[in-house]
Amino acid sequence: MKKGYKNWGPPLLLVSPTIIVIGIFVYGLIGANVAVSFSNRNSLVPATEFVGLDNYFALFAEERFIHSLQNLGVFTVFFIAGTMIFGFLWAWMLDKGVTAEGVFRSVFLFPMAISFVASGVVWRWLLNSAEGDRASGLNRIFENLGLGFLQNSWWNEPGWGMAAIALPAIWQLAGYVMALFLSGFRGIPEELREAARMDGATEWKLYRYVIFPQLSPVALSALIIVGHMSLKVFDLIMAITKSIYQTEVPATYLWVALTANDYAKSATIATILLLFVAVLIVPYLVYTARAERKQR
Amino acid sequence: MRKPLSIIAGAVALGLVLAGCSSTPSSDPENANQVEVFTWWASGSEKVGLDALVKVFQEQNPDDEFINASVAGGAGSNAKAALASRLEADNPPDTFQAHAGAELTDYINAGQLQDLSSFYQENGLSDVFPASLLERLTVDGAIYSVPSNIHRANVVWANTQVLKDAGIDPMAAPADIDAWISDLKKLKDAGVETPLALGTEWTQMQLFENVLIADLGAEGYSGLWTGDTAWDGAGVETAIAHYGELLDYTNSDFAGLDWDAATQIVLDGNAGYNVMGDWAESAFQQAGWTYDNEYTTWATPGTDGVFDFLADSFTLPVGAPHEQAATNWLRTISSAEGQKAFNLAKGSIPARTDTVAADYPAYQQTAIKSFGEDTVVSSLAHGAAASIAWSGDISSAIGKFGADRDAASLLSGLVAASDKAQG
Repeated sequence: MKKGYKNWGPPLLLVSPTIIVIGIFVYGLIGANVAVSFSNRNSLVPATEFVGLDNYFALFAEERFIHSLQNLGVFTVFFIAGTMIFGFLWAWMLDKGVTAEGVFRSVFLFPMAISFVASGVVWRWLLNSAEGDRASGLNRIFENLGLGFLQNSWWNEPGWGMAAIALPAIWQLAGYVMALFLSGFRGIPEELREAARMDGATEWKLYRYVIFPQLSPVALSALIIVGHMSLKVFDLIMAITKSIYQTEVPATYLWVALTANDYAKSATIATILLLFVAVLIVPYLVYTARAERKQR
Repeated sequence: MRKPLSIIAGAVALGLVLAGCSSTPSSDPENANQVEVFTWWASGSEKVGLDALVKVFQEQNPDDEFINASVAGGAGSNAKAALASRLEADNPPDTFQAHAGAELTDYINAGQLQDLSSFYQENGLSDVFPASLLERLTVDGAIYSVPSNIHRANVVWANTQVLKDAGIDPMAAPADIDAWISDLKKLKDAGVETPLALGTEWTQMQLFENVLIADLGAEGYSGLWTGDTAWDGAGVETAIAHYGELLDYTNSDFAGLDWDAATQIVLDGNAGYNVMGDWAESAFQQAGWTYDNEYTTWATPGTDGVFDFLADSFTLPVGAPHEQAATNWLRTISSAEGQKAFNLAKGSIPARTDTVAADYPAYQQTAIKSFGEDTVVSSLAHGAAASIAWSGDISSAIGKFGADRDAASLLSGLVAASDKAQG
């Protein structure tokens, strides 16, 4: 018994501060947030009663919230597709072998070193929606190149405008996805390719049956990382447009509700966002846990 | 064992020191001669105005120490979040800035503000503030804030040269919105691409409120906030139609511009008009323009005789650590000298009726005159007319209209917002 205590005691003592701190400041606060979302604390006046899921039903009945979800959907689709496609293409081209690979690698990876807020300030100007005489940014470039027909109102477009906001996000994170894929490519032993070629596989078949299957764990992690970043996008939008209707997503709506002292509503949005991310992350965690167990 | 402990203790002490540094000089509840004033006046003409106020405060109360607790950030959005968390933690500043009117409702309902009616009586403020203003500050018979200044939100700023080039007399204001739209058309025909400069969501809301006042009249507009005017009536519908027409003459990138960028379009000669509050005055002053020469102003067409008001005001929170000094601060900002020093710097006008108009520049003289004579209504875009949640819903509906121009959807959005807010 005494030996057992000596065995697990010190490690437990070592991690216990972390457990306590995370317990209070992460899980405790998540619990507190959920509790607020179940209350009627819609102003500075303290909550008086438990209203259950009322706040959730009210939110999903709201056109404005649905609109923010649609915006988030458009953004997520373009952001994920853009980063995955560009990231993969760049990694593939680098893997094929180019001169000065290091230079390209840094060029592609570099935007990630910049914060969303900082790049947002530049993209705010690049994505300016003025056309014609007062055009600036990309519209001015199009105008000067004689490609005036390409000018558009970018994020100011009600339907697909959020795709424009995805541009800076893609620019920023495609390089990161490239790095992930590149490490995936490099992790595949040359012998496997040789063996496939010896067996008479065409280049396409080599990719289809040898390389892609080995890249799928990398692709999955890239998808998870980019996906959860997309769901919580906030700073980029605040930097480019501030909180306005055209580019409203749940995270910026949360901020608006919070500054209007509607605590219950903002807590509800926060809980919904947490659930979204959980839907994405939890299956992934389960998957990796299973994979690890299998390896053992 | 002793060494690691002392390191930890040292780190904790250092952390506490750093935390203390972040808001130096900090407020000390034991020291009765301090007053911590919370504002979002951290830069530009607002900072200059605050400095001028502090100077007068120190002259009037040499024993009191002023502690600046300002939080920077557009129109106070960061400051309001910071303030809410301080009030929540029962750590209120001695006095904080807020827009007078409906925006205070939340704090009042939460019991976070002290009734200042007796302060008004002791200092004779009920006699020097106009009745129409007092009426707007009074909530259920009590007054919770002291205004430091008055702004006007229904002002058109016009570039005289641009108008003259199109054959329009800049000194004569159009009689109503229709007449104004025909002038806008004239400008467009003369080659001005964006006759009316416009900015982001709250400036659109301000333009819309101007049109509402023009089409509903002062009484009808005020009724929107008390439930006396129906949101689904013909007046609001006309206003939406007018507003949509006005948007046809604006810059296409308005959704991304703040008010100063929109004013800059007028200064650059790319637009004839801009509807903005009188803080725009400082932009024209900084450009070195003279009133009635390079630029001029008039009340938004159709709103002549109406003063669309908003005011910065200060409160006395429940549990303020230095109540006496905070009262001194409120006395300074409501005094004739305090209001003069502040408003000369900020471009707004004093709330007091005993103001000598000749002390002020040309634009402010026109505003002082109208404030004395006109019907006063509360501004929607600046928190005087509707609660924060209500104006937030309206703002979103107007932002949507700016993108999709769906008049029916704007109307239903406004009606829904009103139903929700007024129960």
